[in-house]
Amino acid sequence: MTGTLKAYAVRLFPQVAALAIILFMVSLAFPGFFKLSFQNDRLYGSLIDILNRGAPVALLAIGMTVVIATKGIDLSVGAVMAICGAVAAASITAGHSLAFTLLVTISTGILCGLWNGVLVAVLDIQPIIATLVLMVAGRGIAQLITEGAILTFNHPGLIFIGSGSLFGLPMPVIIWLGFGLIVALLVRRTALGMLIEAVGVNRRASRLSGVSTGVLLIAAYILSGLCAALAGIIAAADIRGADANNAGLWLELDAILAVVVGGTSLLGGRFSIAASLLGAMIIQSINTGILLSGFPPEFNLIIKAAIIVLILVIQSPRAQSAFIWMSRVRAAEPKKEQEAK
Amino acid sequence: MQSVSSYVLSATGIDKIFPGARALNGVDFSLARGEVHALLGENGAGKSTLIKCLTGAYRRDGGRILLDGTEVDPHNTLEAQKLGIGTVYQEVNLLANLTVAENLFLGRQPRRFGLVDARAMNKQARALLSQYDLDIDVTAELSSFSVAVQQVIAIARAVDLSGKVLILDEPTASLDTHEVAMLFRIVRRLKDRGLGIIFITHFLEQVYDISDRITVLRNGQLVGTRDTAALPRRELIAMMLGRELVHEVSEAKQSEAKAPGAARFRFRGFGRKGHIQPFDLDVASGEVVGIAGLLGSGRTETAEILFGAERADSGTAEVDGRPLDLSSPRAAIREKFGFCPEDRKVDGIVGDLSVRENIVLALQARRGWARPISRSEQDRLADHYIKALDIRTSDREKPIRLLSGGNQQKAILARWLATNPEFLILDEPTRGIDVGAHAEIIRLIETLCEKGMSLIVISSELEELVAYSSRVLVLRDRAHVAELTGEEVTTNAIVEAIASAHEGRPS
Repeated sequence: MTGTLKAYAVRLFPQVAALAIILFMVSLAFPGFFKLSFQNDRLYGSLIDILNRGAPVALLAIGMTVVIATKGIDLSVGAVMAICGAVAAASITAGHSLAFTLLVTISTGILCGLWNGVLVAVLDIQPIIATLVLMVAGRGIAQLITEGAILTFNHPGLIFIGSGSLFGLPMPVIIWLGFGLIVALLVRRTALGMLIEAVGVNRRASRLSGVSTGVLLIAAYILSGLCAALAGIIAAADIRGADANNAGLWLELDAILAVVVGGTSLLGGRFSIAASLLGAMIIQSINTGILLSGFPPEFNLIIKAAIIVLILVIQSPRAQSAFIWMSRVRAAEPKKEQEAK
Repeated sequence: MQSVSSYVLSATGIDKIFPGARALNGVDFSLARGEVHALLGENGAGKSTLIKCLTGAYRRDGGRILLDGTEVDPHNTLEAQKLGIGTVYQEVNLLANLTVAENLFLGRQPRRFGLVDARAMNKQARALLSQYDLDIDVTAELSSFSVAVQQVIAIARAVDLSGKVLILDEPTASLDTHEVAMLFRIVRRLKDRGLGIIFITHFLEQVYDISDRITVLRNGQLVGTRDTAALPRRELIAMMLGRELVHEVSEAKQSEAKAPGAARFRFRGFGRKGHIQPFDLDVASGEVVGIAGLLGSGRTETAEILFGAERADSGTAEVDGRPLDLSSPRAAIREKFGFCPEDRKVDGIVGDLSVRENIVLALQARRGWARPISRSEQDRLADHYIKALDIRTSDREKPIRLLSGGNQQKAILARWLATNPEFLILDEPTRGIDVGAHAEIIRLIETLCEKGMSLIVISSELEELVAYSSRVLVLRDRAHVAELTGEEVTTNAIVEAIASAHEGRPS
């Protein structure tokens, strides 16, 4: 068991270190950064704000991690957020109960995931194209549901999901932490994690070994749709309305970035949900940090881009073989000296 | 025997080191003018690495290359070509959508007023090809001709460009007997013109047919260079496979007395359109049925429909009189089938996963995701098979892609053995693995058979098939054409069956 703990520590070290460095740098620019206060039964402070604001991307990153592990990608999550926000708002304003609304919204997310999964697994369409369909069409569907307007609502139960708190933490934080834990346990306590990784590394060899590759692929996209539904509900509840045009806009890119920052390769295979969640928090820390430090928000995008480049360079096979080469040269040098003697 | 000056190419002490493996270790190789020199060895022995070092495709890590007595050091294949070393690969490396003439003169087209002079080019192309008795329309697209003709065109281009050394890398792999005969006529003519020709092939018959000398490599080491006429076939195989195996084979042959029991697995009219014509097959428990045939004869296709990787569209399959569901690999695995595919890298290993995960994969897939094999049980299974099959790995958590071919193969075998199969299909189980692992896998096949497993083994190593099979099916043109049983199972009989099928073919 200690062996597995050590393996986790090694795996998560780069993300934890990156997060710590970013938080430290923000605290230099904004002295009150680490301060937490407890008011009205909940914690307040910049750190809590990062956890709370990062909730949609964190949720999307959970599903995205699993999809990317299968060597796929899901570009539709932002649009699915918009659809699900619209469905939730339409259902609650039509007078349905909260339970019914949540059920319908989550089912909608699952249905979107099923659509993507069938395109990828059954029709064998490349994931980037298959999910692009729903990415483009999704906002249109959401606009049809909201009839082009921002559909506002005033249901206290639904609003609670966006801005209420439980155990001193905002609801969105509880939701993404809880859901992340459930999914992480589900994939690691069962054989799902290994089978998903096998499909991502070599789909054909996995099929020949009896792995139900089709079912697993569809399940991955369904999970991604489900995560998008949860993120959509939170985003809508937060602004007390469904904005078909802007809800979840570009968040698919942040989610992919979170997964990549988390160290899961876009080539599929090995994945870590915890690392992706850390990645989501790294991204949110950059966003919040730049705002707090008083830089103009335009810097946000450029700094984000700089971080992507840095991470991609570090992960590239060329760079890695260069590292290996350098360490080998260093290791070989003392030997040479000995031989010379 | 020959004076040094008569060597057109002579390489000494060639080393090539890849990360984690020594691909060539001080290999010497020499080629005389007007000689056909066969370069032999198992897959992974270092043949193609040596060729790539000679043609500059790889940078060698040690050794000297002399061409016509002067030291050369080609940095890439183009430079080698200019120096006089031309290569023709198994997959013709020409442009299929250009005309024959364009292919012959690509990059050096005759020009007139700065434009390509198509008329002159076509005329020169016809003249060039007439030396090879090839009277074809040089303005037609290359792809409209058979592989054999394309092969000759590639040779014509290489010889015209280079003219000292011609390397033929498995040129006959996809040719039939008539085409091979045509190719050999050309090779002999080039030899008479004084070219040095290096010939790489898997077909020993062809080696004896055409070559003057033979060089054998094994595990990146030179085993020896001999005159073909003075090297009996058996000794050549011993050089290639190591004496251990040949000894093993002859020993196994003698113990081949036990008669297989009644058929347990019964396939009738089993086939799939476009893949393999319907065939009948009976396999008893404890029996090894070999499948022989040339590349592309339908060997792998047979394995694929038996395992459900491709669904059969005709015929029935039964075990002990009960119908079998072989609609998918998953279904076949439920019926206790297993399949070690030919292309390990593409169809077998899951490269980034550990040796442990690769071993438990099929068993875990059969149990379903909700019933995980506990980590301690996985460790136990992995350790058991690493030990039992002598899989050489520093530890069970190493990604399997870092293992050598033979050890990967053993891990895939372990994956199936862990599922306790009753019917195991092995497609080229010994391809591309080193001699030691080779013998071990053959020993393993015999042990499994003794334990009552039914095995189908596909192999292009006929000696091997003869050693362990109680019956051999011979394939040709995607159909089963002959079945040899008991005493009939000999290398000669198999070769005969393949050859006679050739002649019987309406053409």
